[in-house]
Amino acid sequence: MSRIASCFAALRGRGKTALIPFVTAGDSDPALTVPLMHAMVKAGADIIELGVPFSDPMAEGPVIQRACERALRHHVSLRDVLDMVAAFRRDDAATPVVLMGYLNPVEVMGYQAFARRAREAGVDGVITVDFPPEEAGGDYAHALDEEGLDPIFLLAPTSTPRRIAMISAMARGFVYYVSLKGVTGAASLDIQSVEDKLAGIRAMTDMPVGVGFGIKDAATAARIARVADAVVVGSALVRIIEEAGGDHGFVMEQVGGLLESMRTAIDNE
Amino acid sequence: MSKQAQTMSKIDIDLTAQPDARGHFGVYGGLFVAETLMAPLEELRQAYEKYLKDPGFIGELDADLRQFVGRPSPLYHAERWTRKVGGARIYLKREDLNHTGAHKINNTVGQALLARRMGKRRVIAETGAGQHGVATATVAARFDMECVVYMGAEDIQRQAINVYRMRLLGARVVPVESGSRTLKDALNEAMRDWVTNVDDTFYIIGTVAGPHPYPAMVRDFQAIIGREARAQCLDQLGRLPDALVACVGGGSNAIGLFHPFLEDDVAFYGVEAAGDGLDTGRHAAPLCAGRPGVLHGNRTYLMEDDDGQIIETHSVSAGLDYPGVGPEHALLKDCGRAQYVAVTDDEALAAFHDLTRTEGIMPALESSHALAYGAKLAASMDREQIVLINLSGRGDKDIHTVAAREGISV
Repeated sequence: MSRIASCFAALRGRGKTALIPFVTAGDSDPALTVPLMHAMVKAGADIIELGVPFSDPMAEGPVIQRACERALRHHVSLRDVLDMVAAFRRDDAATPVVLMGYLNPVEVMGYQAFARRAREAGVDGVITVDFPPEEAGGDYAHALDEEGLDPIFLLAPTSTPRRIAMISAMARGFVYYVSLKGVTGAASLDIQSVEDKLAGIRAMTDMPVGVGFGIKDAATAARIARVADAVVVGSALVRIIEEAGGDHGFVMEQVGGLLESMRTAIDNE
Repeated sequence: MSKQAQTMSKIDIDLTAQPDARGHFGVYGGLFVAETLMAPLEELRQAYEKYLKDPGFIGELDADLRQFVGRPSPLYHAERWTRKVGGARIYLKREDLNHTGAHKINNTVGQALLARRMGKRRVIAETGAGQHGVATATVAARFDMECVVYMGAEDIQRQAINVYRMRLLGARVVPVESGSRTLKDALNEAMRDWVTNVDDTFYIIGTVAGPHPYPAMVRDFQAIIGREARAQCLDQLGRLPDALVACVGGGSNAIGLFHPFLEDDVAFYGVEAAGDGLDTGRHAAPLCAGRPGVLHGNRTYLMEDDDGQIIETHSVSAGLDYPGVGPEHALLKDCGRAQYVAVTDDEALAAFHDLTRTEGIMPALESSHALAYGAKLAASMDREQIVLINLSGRGDKDIHTVAAREGISV
């Protein structure tokens, strides 16, 4: 069983919902990322989602776009991100790490080389935002599978039942439900429509379902936790990094605080 | 396929049967988008395939192309310029005479009619030089649709007249401040708008790039250029030309011209922007100097660094300032059916002046790239041969850029 699958199995056994924080690797500078990953685990994260910076992040709202730009000013590459995961793994062998990014940097590295290096670094799952199963199903899925990495696919409010079935069948680890029509960090999240859609997804798969996009605070996290197996929070954390303007102490304290409040709210549901 | 195409071909593929059902042109093209857009792209594909076979829709499109756009556009023999260049006879396909001054309107009329059939009341577009934005704002005004145009903040500076034209037409022009603040970033932002407003919004992409079905759909709407040109050659000249020349940014005017000639013994030349020169790195020539990758929903040649990040491009012409190119061009390059070359800013500007002074036709800076290469090509050919250059747009929008480069304030 993969580290992600074991993590969800253990949480299910205890009746708990996973908390998955997202930060962009190398934002606001490369030295922050590994200590921040450890701090997030300490504050209650079950899985870490690490964004791979890309010059043209089409699914991201302005907050994560700017995070990519800050990281790219330090020329943070996919290789650097894998090095960060390897550094994290030296002190944490338990917490699953999922990479979230776009296809082109992987394309340049090569699918097999990427999968091998990612496994060696200690990566557990990969979300490739602009690589839907129709295109990813061949060589890419095979390369990830060979190295025991979980391909994690997105489901959206616009996904048809046929697509939900196909995607769930291909996904490993968990499926990631994008809670709204829009980009990351968007304003309006309609909890009722998330609940309705999740019921439909649950009817078609036993795979754990994570929910992300638009979850900003502990109250929203708690409400989503009622229906999801995992709550993903990204832009709200990245905004703190932006506001910190390079002050690592401020980031650790504020990100840690927000995650702790979410953890408490989720666990009390 | 013609004898010439067969001997040139390095890949055994039927070029007339592209793309496949999932939008692949050989290994290029495809559908590389986030999940939210998969359903609306499927809805678009179905509508496009349905209406392209619908006589009612085609009749409506043809009538608009005649009466609103002003088609057919003339095939013009540039006699003085031919004499000056010395060599093959040069003919110009006059897309600059279309309503709004460029080939872009062929496609926006088609997509707006499609949007109307699909019940979408809001259209969005990205624009670089502003020609596609103006063409979109124009059809939105005519069809009473809400229109939002995304434009890089850098391009807004360079193309102030087109920005004002769009606003006069009732469009909202949104400056895009992210990334390199040019066309690629405008495309990202338009995609973000679409993902947010998928229910009521139709995204009118301006070139033969993007996720399936856009590369095929935009080609089919632009192929009117090549169909007319082919018939005009047979009618006016009694024969087909020896070579076709067109500029390539995303590549819509080039594919529109080339596609109906695919099976003919006619050479294709696509002209990219060499900017300051291919060896300087400051250019916008992915086919000449880039490599395959994935951006904006399709696999194609890109300008990228060793980490797979998209790099900033440079061209004097905003409409060619794009790091990718339509996937069908990538295939035509790989199989040798078309040749791709590049022309510098300086060469394009020289051609701009040349045509203006010898023919009384002021070309767009984009089209000036095709003219510069077309003249070089014609000079190397016999007088009995014919070179057909796509004059894809007129140059009024560029006079400030030309003047500024020459230190003149207007």
